[in-house]
Amino acid sequence: MTTFELFALTGAVLFALGFLRLLTGTHLLRKVLALNVMGSGVFLILVATAYRDAGAQPDPVPHAMVLTGIVVTVSVTAFALALVRRIHALSGRAELDEPER
Amino acid sequence: MSWAAWAVSAPLLGVVLTLVVPRRLLALAALVAAAASSAAAVGLTSEVWGRGPFRLHLGGWGAPLGIDLYVDGLAAVMVLLTSTTGLLISAYAVSYARDERWSARAGFWPIWMLAWASLHTLFLSADLFNLYIALELLAIAAAALVVFAGGLSALVAGTRYLLAAFAGSMLFLLGVALLYAETGSLDLYGGEPVTTGGTALVLMTVGMLLKTALFPLHFWLPAAHSIAPGPASAVLSGLVVKASFYVVVRLWEQALAGSATVVGAWLLGLLGAIAVVWGAVQALRQQRLKLLIAYSTVAQLGFLFLLFPLSRTSGAADAWQGALFHALTHAPGKAALFLAAATVLRSVGSDRIEDLRGAVSWMPLTVLSFGAASISLVGLPPTGGFVAKWHLLAAAVDAGHWWWGVVVLAGGLLTALYLGRVVRVFFVSAPAPSIATVPRGLDISTLLLAALAVVLGLVAAGPLTLLRIGA
Repeated sequence: MTTFELFALTGAVLFALGFLRLLTGTHLLRKVLALNVMGSGVFLILVATAYRDAGAQPDPVPHAMVLTGIVVTVSVTAFALALVRRIHALSGRAELDEPER
Repeated sequence: MSWAAWAVSAPLLGVVLTLVVPRRLLALAALVAAAASSAAAVGLTSEVWGRGPFRLHLGGWGAPLGIDLYVDGLAAVMVLLTSTTGLLISAYAVSYARDERWSARAGFWPIWMLAWASLHTLFLSADLFNLYIALELLAIAAAALVVFAGGLSALVAGTRYLLAAFAGSMLFLLGVALLYAETGSLDLYGGEPVTTGGTALVLMTVGMLLKTALFPLHFWLPAAHSIAPGPASAVLSGLVVKASFYVVVRLWEQALAGSATVVGAWLLGLLGAIAVVWGAVQALRQQRLKLLIAYSTVAQLGFLFLLFPLSRTSGAADAWQGALFHALTHAPGKAALFLAAATVLRSVGSDRIEDLRGAVSWMPLTVLSFGAASISLVGLPPTGGFVAKWHLLAAAVDAGHWWWGVVVLAGGLLTALYLGRVVRVFFVSAPAPSIATVPRGLDISTLLLAALAVVLGLVAAGPLTLLRIGA
């Protein structure tokens, strides 16, 4: 297994774990963290992609994507956390109610 | 500087402008920003009409490290549609925001301008990563528009929407990463369709379906769209959901057409057909007007996905025109319905359909707008909705796939049933309740949007020609 494959596979596993938790978790904080784990998985794959031709110069494009992606993810996470705090302040719990029937 | 750059910068400058101006100049600043964004969209359309599809390296830096914009007929039509509908919604929102009771009214403008800028950026992006950025910006702005309604249920609906959209973006980005690892390119318009990337296409598509709320991924839509303040509902239901549909079209019909399978296209068409029926049945069961209109969006979005099976048959040209024209004409139509509902809500204080009996006698212009927009959504001639359904039907007949035609006709009939139910209540004679007077500007903007949805059918040749540029 090459370094690229190892990192890419780890990234895919992280993504899958995060996705699973997003679907099964009920606490909103857990859901937001699960989304961030998914993001980390994607970023790991992208960073590994930069090094897919071992020995050659690393590809700068995926690096630029990861940097931008982190900034975007931090912003969305901050907004999501603000919403979660507000829900907690108003209802005393941090969960989405049952979807409307 | 090309109009394409202005189409992105004008609404972005609008964000800054509406943030910094003093409160008393806010309405003026908002209208100036909206007018400038629309002017850029008109300039862009005439530019593409004159010289055909073109590419722009922003700041002189080419892809992959710089940002490229690409404009063809489809992109120009989407930008023009966004800004025309957006301008009229802005005019409505100016009158709507006069009411002191809407406490979030100052915050609405920067966020709506951000959504507008994200939409323009998304339609003009030449590469997949820039698309991802636009999608995330749009998700933040759209979720913020929902929570502006205030209160716990709005917060919950907005949070559910943000999480769904965030997950959609992550699936999309994973697809982008896989595609880049395989092909080393992010260019949407690189020439030959890419034939690898099956997994990448599936991931990106599922992510986009989550944002477009195609059945069965529509769970977040009815609550979010119905609870948002009136102008925000119109933006979300008329414009925002079309953005992720546009991405699916670019991927399946152009950039990754080589790895799009017929089975996958049929699956999309099937989900669309189910959405048409399911959304309509749910709409029929609703007791509140805004929820009914939100479920109508679930149903109307289904029609768009008939494009994918039909575009792989001899009816491809008609399918392309029908589906995209439906996306165009649904925007002002649905915006008019939501704005009419918002006017009713403000004036009666309730949007329970039961409470709206006899509305025609005390708010005739609002009812007129609602009726005209309904006729277009149902698809009666000579409206825009008719032209869209006609082309979809022609595609189904041409391909010999009559069952998609049945979906189009049944969908039209169901739309007539649930919207007709509301219009009938409006015309029942009933004593007028005590109602609050609303500014005349609300009705004028709504009526113009409804008129646009109707008139699009009479001037369909223009947009349809534009859609063929570079297609």
